[in-house]
Amino acid sequence: MTDMDEHNVKSAAHNERGMHIVSPKVYAAVGLALLALTATTVAASYVEMYVFNVVVALGIAVIKMMLVVLFFMHVKYSPKLTKLTAAAGLFMFLVLVGMTLADYFTRAWGRW
Amino acid sequence: MTQRGVEGAHQGAHEHPAYQRHHFESVEQQFDATNFAMWLFLLTEVMFFGGLFTAYLILRNWYYPAFVEGSHQLNIGWGTANTAVLITSSFTLAMGVWCAQTRRKSGLVTFLILTFVLGMVFLGIKGIEYHEKWVKHHVPGFHYSEASFLNPASDPEIYKEYHDKALAPDMAAKTELYFFLYFAMTGMHALHMIVGISILVFMIFRAQAGAYTSGHVTFVENFGLYWHFVDIIWIFLFPLLYLISRHQ
Repeated sequence: MTDMDEHNVKSAAHNERGMHIVSPKVYAAVGLALLALTATTVAASYVEMYVFNVVVALGIAVIKMMLVVLFFMHVKYSPKLTKLTAAAGLFMFLVLVGMTLADYFTRAWGRW
Repeated sequence: MTQRGVEGAHQGAHEHPAYQRHHFESVEQQFDATNFAMWLFLLTEVMFFGGLFTAYLILRNWYYPAFVEGSHQLNIGWGTANTAVLITSSFTLAMGVWCAQTRRKSGLVTFLILTFVLGMVFLGIKGIEYHEKWVKHHVPGFHYSEASFLNPASDPEIYKEYHDKALAPDMAAKTELYFFLYFAMTGMHALHMIVGISILVFMIFRAQAGAYTSGHVTFVENFGLYWHFVDIIWIFLFPLLYLISRHQ
């Protein structure tokens, strides 16, 4: 990336090397959203929802993870290589855990 | 490196900052390469914690009543407080990265110290929780006691909130497995926190010397990735260990 002049640096929220700078406002908004979601998931745990207690708790955890990954870890503003790497990690995690659980939960072993 | 070597490396080359290594074409390429390497390291961490999460899910499914009553022993107040502390520490570190990028030295030092303090608070609260388990003989091993599960009324503090039924002896024995996983998962998480806090101390001194506010933000940025990753692990440990078994 070519060098930008002083004016561009400020207006485009990039530093002189062309790296994207996430503004404190975005960090504050994400931080507050994460705290609000924490309060939500704790409140939801006090409500009787049967199997949906697990679904809601893990769903909120996934939303929180996405907020952290996209904004705090800058994946939203990162090169495609970083996006692909993060996505590949999530995909492999789901494949390994999903296949293992599918195996364990469809057998009678472990029941005594 | 000899004088000739230095000149040789720079022959015909453009000017570049002192922190750019010579095997990189540009600072951006150097940043992207180290960033990519950090992400690959984090993927190995995902696999590592993934094994623990999988073990927890399988064993919770097998020994469900034991895992439910085991998790009733955890204090939601402490767990919620620690979640808030850790999320706030992720925010303060993100602000530290911003300070490094915009070359605010004193701001960076302040946010690194805040992150350090919040990390210590997290470990302190974890210590209080571990101590409770120790006192009640819920640490797996020779002193483990199944009394709270064989006779729930003997544990009035938990009993008045959950009214748990007594478990059969073979199922009550499996609560030790719940606590083994509780200590393994939160313990490995805490170990990552201790490593992170140690690196933070190093960074606070380096930041005071102006190391990260001269345009070279790679170290702060990549440490941020590590710290936020550890935060994400907790974001999943918290519901799995503390929240999902309240009504069963």
